[in-house]
Amino acid sequence: MSRLLIRNGHVVDPANGHDGPADVLVVGERIEAVGVDLPADGADVIDAGGLLVTPGLIDMHVHLREPGKEEEETIRSGAMSAIAGGITSVACFPNTEPAIDSEGEAEFVVLQGKRAHHANVFPVGAITLGLEGKQLAEMAGLARAGALAFSDADRSVESAEVLRRGMLYARMLDRVVISHCEDRTLRGAGVMNHGVVSLRLGLPGIPNAAEEIVMARDITLARITDSRLHVGQISTSGSVELLRLAKADGLRVTGDVTPHHFTLTDEKVATFDANYKMLPPLRSAADAEALVAGIRDDTIDVITSAHAPHAPEEKDVEFPHAPFGVIGMETLFPITYTELVRRRGLPLSQVISKLTISPARVLGLDAERGSLRPGAIADVSVFDIERERTVDASTFLSHSRNCPFNGISVRGTTMHVVVGGRVVFRDGALASAPEPRR
Amino acid sequence: MEWRHKHLLGLEDLTREEILFILDTAEGFKEVSRRSVKKVPALRGKVIVNLFFEPSTRTRISFELAGARLSADVLNFTGSTSSTQKGESLADTARNIEAMGVDILVVRHSCAGAPHQLARKVSASVVNAGDGAHEHPTQGLLDIFTIRSVRGSLEGLNVAIVGDIGHSRVARSNIWGLQKLGARVFAVGPATLVPRTLEELGVTVCHNLDQVLPEIDVFNMLRIQRERQDHGLFPSIREYSRLFGLNGERLARAKPDVLVLHPGPINRGVELTPDVADGPRSAILNQVTNGLAVRMAVLYLISGGGGPGVQAAH
Repeated sequence: MSRLLIRNGHVVDPANGHDGPADVLVVGERIEAVGVDLPADGADVIDAGGLLVTPGLIDMHVHLREPGKEEEETIRSGAMSAIAGGITSVACFPNTEPAIDSEGEAEFVVLQGKRAHHANVFPVGAITLGLEGKQLAEMAGLARAGALAFSDADRSVESAEVLRRGMLYARMLDRVVISHCEDRTLRGAGVMNHGVVSLRLGLPGIPNAAEEIVMARDITLARITDSRLHVGQISTSGSVELLRLAKADGLRVTGDVTPHHFTLTDEKVATFDANYKMLPPLRSAADAEALVAGIRDDTIDVITSAHAPHAPEEKDVEFPHAPFGVIGMETLFPITYTELVRRRGLPLSQVISKLTISPARVLGLDAERGSLRPGAIADVSVFDIERERTVDASTFLSHSRNCPFNGISVRGTTMHVVVGGRVVFRDGALASAPEPRR
Repeated sequence: MEWRHKHLLGLEDLTREEILFILDTAEGFKEVSRRSVKKVPALRGKVIVNLFFEPSTRTRISFELAGARLSADVLNFTGSTSSTQKGESLADTARNIEAMGVDILVVRHSCAGAPHQLARKVSASVVNAGDGAHEHPTQGLLDIFTIRSVRGSLEGLNVAIVGDIGHSRVARSNIWGLQKLGARVFAVGPATLVPRTLEELGVTVCHNLDQVLPEIDVFNMLRIQRERQDHGLFPSIREYSRLFGLNGERLARAKPDVLVLHPGPINRGVELTPDVADGPRSAILNQVTNGLAVRMAVLYLISGGGGPGVQAAH
């Protein structure tokens, strides 16, 4: 069996309380040992001196656009973009064309992920057929094909009764429901956060309440169904408080935030640049502060990219007409690390846990992934966290360029990535040829 | 002072001095309108395109005439014949027109920010002639110009903007300009159209017209869009008019020297009764006349003209 030794790195493995210098030995596709001065014994050696070694990151919210909009992203380009970001597993959302609402569609995603042979690609299945919020999808079939969770992606299930049934089904299948919390009537024609900035710009706003009202409803439904709920892309201080209360009540409710929501604010929209248009929208500085506080006190469990590729011709239009969403897999780690660890002083281990073991637990992957425990599948990422660099979206492996962080200075560069014991990214570059763009 | 701006996108971006500079320049151009030959050669050889993606008659005609009086060549491009309906993007349309050698694009668009996005993509100067609910800087300037020509100064005046503030670009440009020149701004209208957040911009929000009536020096009565009622933002035109319309009875309780403005077109009997619209306190037609001078000043300044007094040399 092949042997790989990642030597002399600073290993942070929150699940096992490891935070210090160590070697990581991989045999075949699994972790063999983590320790000091492990023997090479003819192993392929990666020198990680001065570098950070973590379990491969898990991004539990991405949109890979295949099937349907392959010009924006394919499962292959997305799986490579993930690797460039140090992400070894992604959960891809079902709002494709057609939607991932049947066993066959989910199998297609799994198959394309295997063909891409880079990051592990796990489908998230639809709760309802066509994401229409009416009739439940065949959730058991979706689960059998590999769906780790259920979500109607960027739509809230409007009917509380339909969602209640979906939660009961998900509980029966031991899967989590991921909610996008938004009251469509309060969003209305809104294109940005509702507040003084939207007032100044004359753009219709989306109030915090649009998120919080539905989140309160979904938490109540999780309570009465005794099911697991994960709230995606929390953006408001009120939502953080709702999650805090739900946890204090002992409910099995978790939540995630994105780097753009905790680093950027609605002031950015004054540029009328649609790369600052996403859903939920960039909120106020007070909301961004509350998100950081929620990460710090572990109210917020997971950090995701919510990677949402869009073609330039779709984004480069009048702001109200542009679609919502930004890409983020290749900035997930650098932005999170630079903001939370370097700027805000959060412990590195706490931040890494929200990118590794914590999403693994939400998705039920933690027996095999999200840690460097011996016997676990060898998904490992190695980052240079000292060298400062400028984000340059033109170099991304993603097929899309709608990045809100272009041109900013960050620390956190992916150096090496191992997936299932195979080195897919080495010395800062993909081991194989990247997928050509259109 | 020297004019530094290539574009005029909004009054939020301008300083007090810059606004006064435009007003002073407009004073000079107002004189041109009184001549028998109403034309100066200031922009001879320049090309102005009115790029209107939203229907407008008076603003477009005002810009057209302003350009003509400056001796520029003026072309109109209107949304009804626009290639945007054929799927061409705003940027492509503007670049195509610009490729014909255009110096100034006057842009009206239903989307906030459209002129700002264009200004980044073309090399011509861009004048915002109204973008969504965002700004309508030349309207704000002509309103302020009109008040100043009657009252001498804006300092310390109480100006009430009445109506659908939330959806009004005229209101926003007025708020920025008026506050920069020292006026106190009241936003008056129903709670669904006049958000409390306006107070964060330094505006006094009031939902009762009669309450502020005696304090007000200038009323700027905004046009009420009937589709707002269709969208359920207020119950009925009838009730709106009863609560927020200006009529002779209300005017009698206002200050004797109160000034009444309206950006037009007026819904007679809704925002204003005819006796108020046509009465001695109304400055509505002065606004239209002044609009021409203000737009001449703006076109002149952004194309590199010097400022007050300079055009007298032509």
